[in-house]
Amino acid sequence: MTLTIHDLRKESGSYLPGSAACPGCGATLAFRIASRVLGPNTVYVVPASCFSVIQSPFPKSAISAPLYNIAFPAAAATASGVYRAYKMLGKDINVVVWAGDGGTVDIGIQALSGAAERGEDIIYVCYDNEAYMNTGIQRSGATPLKAWTKTTPTGKREMPKDMPMIVAAHRVPYVATASVGYPFDLANKFEKAKRIRGFRYIHIFSTCPPGWNSPVSKTAEVAKLAVDTYFWPLYEIENGKLRITVKPRKRPLKEFLELQDRFRGLSEEEIEELERIVMEKWNFLLHLEKSERVF
Amino acid sequence: MGLGVPIIIPVSKPSKGAAGKTGLWRVERPVVDEDKCIKCWLCWLYCPEDVITEGANGFPQIDYTFCKGCGVCADVCPTKAIQMVKEEE
Repeated sequence: MTLTIHDLRKESGSYLPGSAACPGCGATLAFRIASRVLGPNTVYVVPASCFSVIQSPFPKSAISAPLYNIAFPAAAATASGVYRAYKMLGKDINVVVWAGDGGTVDIGIQALSGAAERGEDIIYVCYDNEAYMNTGIQRSGATPLKAWTKTTPTGKREMPKDMPMIVAAHRVPYVATASVGYPFDLANKFEKAKRIRGFRYIHIFSTCPPGWNSPVSKTAEVAKLAVDTYFWPLYEIENGKLRITVKPRKRPLKEFLELQDRFRGLSEEEIEELERIVMEKWNFLLHLEKSERVF
Repeated sequence: MGLGVPIIIPVSKPSKGAAGKTGLWRVERPVVDEDKCIKCWLCWLYCPEDVITEGANGFPQIDYTFCKGCGVCADVCPTKAIQMVKEEE
């Protein structure tokens, strides 16, 4: 079954207008769509991240679903406990971790890896804005090569961690990448994840206009260009079998880089180098798609 | 036990406008041209703030109390039916 805009409009989400999110926030866009698919029978676990702020100050909350705020490294461990507690009460509830990239690829990776290894019945969502945006744009393990942040003023020198593949190597039943520029693809991946039992992981490319210095109105376009330039390929790994879900016609990487000030001042050679890395990754994924099992 | 200390459970309650009337942040307001609108609802889908609903006349209606004026709706509109207009003082 494929979800359409009419299916999504029928559902009610868990996001209420008037939150503390920045205008044009990719994380709220992702949450709005995801919460519509996950439905009201869902509990969220949020480690320290932008999303802790988006919920807005006590005593009000912009999220209408039950939500548990927890320390940075403990999200996946907490979600495991929450799921088991509900199971003991005889309730079948979607337990969803909604974490940023810092809380996933850097600080939360140990608990995440443990939960994946134990095969906990939770959905782990990483909305990836590619730096510690909440604390003021410091680089994280997910920041791309050559991107400007406050702690990499001349561009990051290291490659980002390939987090979806790291989780897939735990041989979990479902791993997917998504982008806020392709909301239907995102919605359908949540729909699929909802129906699978075991540890599920979804990594969402989520635009951050203040952190990337991209135009506020271009949130969707930047995220769409990331996919169309093969910078952020959309794929899913279901029971070890990889499938690329969106195969757009390749557009020059420059179009994606130009929209954001964090890649400003790259020389032609540097753009060519990035283009080469992007194509290497894409060809590798095409190769993996042909094989019977990735992991 | 009569210590006289009030017990406060730190649980937030869901509410619209949890961060106040965020419409005050707006610099430009989106205005829907109903002659051009084809009701594809892409503006509704992409709105990060969930402020677009179906109005009584069946066209998109924007809640200006909370719309932050990011302009994503105007950017994704396939028929350019949404214009961003400068807010007056």
